[in-house]
Amino acid sequence: MTAIEPRLGWARWRRSWWYHAVFYAQTWRGSVASSVLFPVFYLASLGVGVGHLVARHHGLVEGQTYLHYIAPSLLATTTFQLGESESLWPVLASVKWIRVYHAAAATPLEPHDILYGKLSWVVTRSLAIGVVYSAIIAAFGGVQSWWGLTLPLIGALITLAFAAPLTAYAAWVESDASFVMIYRFAFVPMFLFSATFYPISAYPGYLRPIVQLVPLYHGVALVRAAAFGQGSLLAQLAHVAVLGTLALAGIAWGRVTLRRRLVD
Amino acid sequence: MTAQGGRDIVAEARGLVKRFGAFEAVRGVDFTIARGESFGFLGPNGAGKTSTMRMVSAVSQPSAGSLSIFGLDPRVHGPEIRGRIGVVPQDDSLELELSVRLNIEMYGRYFDLPRRVLRERTDELLDFARLTERADSKVDDLSGGMKRRLTIARALVNRPEMLILDEPTTGLDPQARHLLWERLYRLKREGVTLIITTHYMDEAEQLCDRLVVMDNGTIVAEGAPRELIEHHSSREVLELRFGTDAHAAMHDVLAPHAERVEVLPDRVLLYVEDGDDALRTVHAAGITPLSALVRRSSLEDVFLRLTGRTLVD
Amino acid sequence: MASRVLPAFGSRRSLHIFERNYYAYRSQWLMFASGFFEPFFYLLAIGIGLNHLVGALPVGGRSVSYATFVAPGMLATSAMNGAVIDSIFNPFFRLKISHTYDAVLSTPLDVTDVALGEVWWALSRAALYAASFIVCMVLLGDATSPWVVLCWPGAVLTSLAFTCVGLAGCTYVRSWQDFDVVTLVTLPLFLFSGTFFPITLYPQWLGAIVSVSPLYQAAALLRGLATGQFDLLMLGRAGYLVALGLAGLWLAARRFRAILTP
Ligand SMILES: Nc1ncnc2c1ncn2[C@@H]1O[C@H](COP(=O)(O)OP(=O)(O)OP(=O)(O)O)[C@@H](O)[C@H]1O
Ligand SMILES: [Mg+2]
Repeated sequence: MTAIEPRLGWARWRRSWWYHAVFYAQTWRGSVASSVLFPVFYLASLGVGVGHLVARHHGLVEGQTYLHYIAPSLLATTTFQLGESESLWPVLASVKWIRVYHAAAATPLEPHDILYGKLSWVVTRSLAIGVVYSAIIAAFGGVQSWWGLTLPLIGALITLAFAAPLTAYAAWVESDASFVMIYRFAFVPMFLFSATFYPISAYPGYLRPIVQLVPLYHGVALVRAAAFGQGSLLAQLAHVAVLGTLALAGIAWGRVTLRRRLVD
Repeated sequence: MTAQGGRDIVAEARGLVKRFGAFEAVRGVDFTIARGESFGFLGPNGAGKTSTMRMVSAVSQPSAGSLSIFGLDPRVHGPEIRGRIGVVPQDDSLELELSVRLNIEMYGRYFDLPRRVLRERTDELLDFARLTERADSKVDDLSGGMKRRLTIARALVNRPEMLILDEPTTGLDPQARHLLWERLYRLKREGVTLIITTHYMDEAEQLCDRLVVMDNGTIVAEGAPRELIEHHSSREVLELRFGTDAHAAMHDVLAPHAERVEVLPDRVLLYVEDGDDALRTVHAAGITPLSALVRRSSLEDVFLRLTGRTLVD
Repeated sequence: MASRVLPAFGSRRSLHIFERNYYAYRSQWLMFASGFFEPFFYLLAIGIGLNHLVGALPVGGRSVSYATFVAPGMLATSAMNGAVIDSIFNPFFRLKISHTYDAVLSTPLDVTDVALGEVWWALSRAALYAASFIVCMVLLGDATSPWVVLCWPGAVLTSLAFTCVGLAGCTYVRSWQDFDVVTLVTLPLFLFSGTFFPITLYPQWLGAIVSVSPLYQAAALLRGLATGQFDLLMLGRAGYLVALGLAGLWLAARRFRAILTP
């Protein structure tokens, strides 16, 4: 048996990727709706509807129509929500309630193979959403620079920056007691206050540094810069660094918590 | 309330039918249950016992036929009837997130019992179910048998006139079973009517004054346990075991030596007047079983005879 | 005599379902209390950012700030979302996963009591949330008239309509995955029912369709109450919500009966 076991790590975690893909294939309808349709709904309501009011009263927002202005940020919030929603409850369920990860760990897969497989699968979905969604906003002029081609990649980075640490956290805790609190006091405010629907200049000066501490803010700033081709490269690298650090730290932590959960 | 032959009738069904869509689970059954009696429903899986019990508990509506409980029509007086009976369902359906104590108290609240009364009764019932020490545990953390005991205690919270028990002792250890029997005798002495389904024949023989055997939604026999045995089976049974796979072939060989022969997957049953006698003739005919056992006929044999099936299949 | 005319529906015993839910959720009060914050965050975000971008809007004859325009719609949405949790998610679990109601039905309660009891629970929770929301509106300066207190019963009425329809809907849910469909209904309602912008922005035919949305009717009703601008149309809106609630409750009881006591 051992002879045909792939020796390369990536070949093993590819199987974990497959597991997630096959599982998803049974339930894709609902989540396709939520991941592509929902941001488009937001865009239609806020971008077109409220955008009409903004144009009448305020005019352009940072040189953009309101619709163009919020279109990229909805990619950031959607990819953030994908990373978040695939991590807390589903992971706790997999390690504690339905224990599918234990079943996987009983095969030659190592805990980190399961982690990589899971994260790479979520990233795959994020890329797919990013491509479709970017194409939609490009169709009505929301993408104004060649940098826009990087939008799906940025979306994937945002997803990973949240999915990795949250997966690690969910594999670490014993119950879901804290999840609702995290959702209500971290995710909802993050969604609303990361300069998503209005410029950061709307905040009084002393609040802006605090907003800049919020991870999603960096995602929003990054997609906006890419879509409009504005902002300094250095600033964008800083945003990437923040999100990348989160992702890497999350992966490192996740290797530890998943191993503790599944093997020790 | 109707009195019939001087007896007080608590439940009476005539041509009772229960349909689920096109499927007929109960196909016109008749029975009469008197106050203070303990009445059993036996039958293989899917016979329609639970469906019948749910109608008698005034939970599900009969599809046809007539049913009266305490002389009342369950279609009209459901709440009143349910207020006077206790139900131990086949599945516990406890509140897993609540404590053991709250499970009983909350259930009692559904009967409009005042909290003060409930506190007392709950202590009593916890004691009865031997769960006093676990009173504050979450039900989710109890073992299967403990949950079953709690379900039974819960059913008594309204001091019911009639107790309906659907396989009450499934999952109980022998000690808990005997404890429950004892408690059921006590309730019976106090005049509580018991309606029981069970797959345990010893339980049916011990607890039931009268029982019916159901099969495929109909009643195939009715009577006191002893009567049924006398009527449907021989006095003794000779149980023979042969090597694996040999049993099916033995039917014709053994047929001349008994009133009736039943072939089961693991053994052959010979229905005879005198078991030892029969065993001698079997040996004399040159038939050598691996093992042989003589016992008295039981309800199990009645059941096999009537339904062609063992009780627990 | 009224009981002879109206079909018997529920009884005082339905309050025991409320009691049951109270015990079941007692340990989760923190989660319960934290639910107050979500609509508050929305109000805050709109006050900080969008007020300034959108400017004033006409409501009735008067011109009000954008936050004042949006707040009643948010209140209606919050009532709808609360109702969805209390009438679809939780009862689905009790109906089809934990089988809580099976035990209840062997007591004097019947299915109409169960349905009604869940409604009492949902309405009480809605009343608490609505009260706190209205306090937030006042604190954030989004309320312009003392009549805003009438939003309280208005929000409870909104919750009634959505709870009853939700209870009927929950009986059709087969598994957790079907909840995506629920969001597929509530999110467009939230975004397009005149919550964020007046429906006069729609082409006329589309506006006519949107005005059928119960969330639109609720938001319009609450907006009138919040700004103290009353008209006869509001009676119609309230009637619409009541009718929807009664129809939902009737269907819910029927479906509960079919599922629980087949
Ligand atoms: N809600 C329902 N819908 C459709 N069919 C049902 C329903 N409830 C029971 N049945 C069917 O009715 C028949 C009788 O079921 P019932 O539960 O009464 O059997 P039982 O005698 O209690 O069996 P067991 O010993 O397994 O408990 C079975 O075939 C069952 O599949
Ligand atoms: Mg049964």
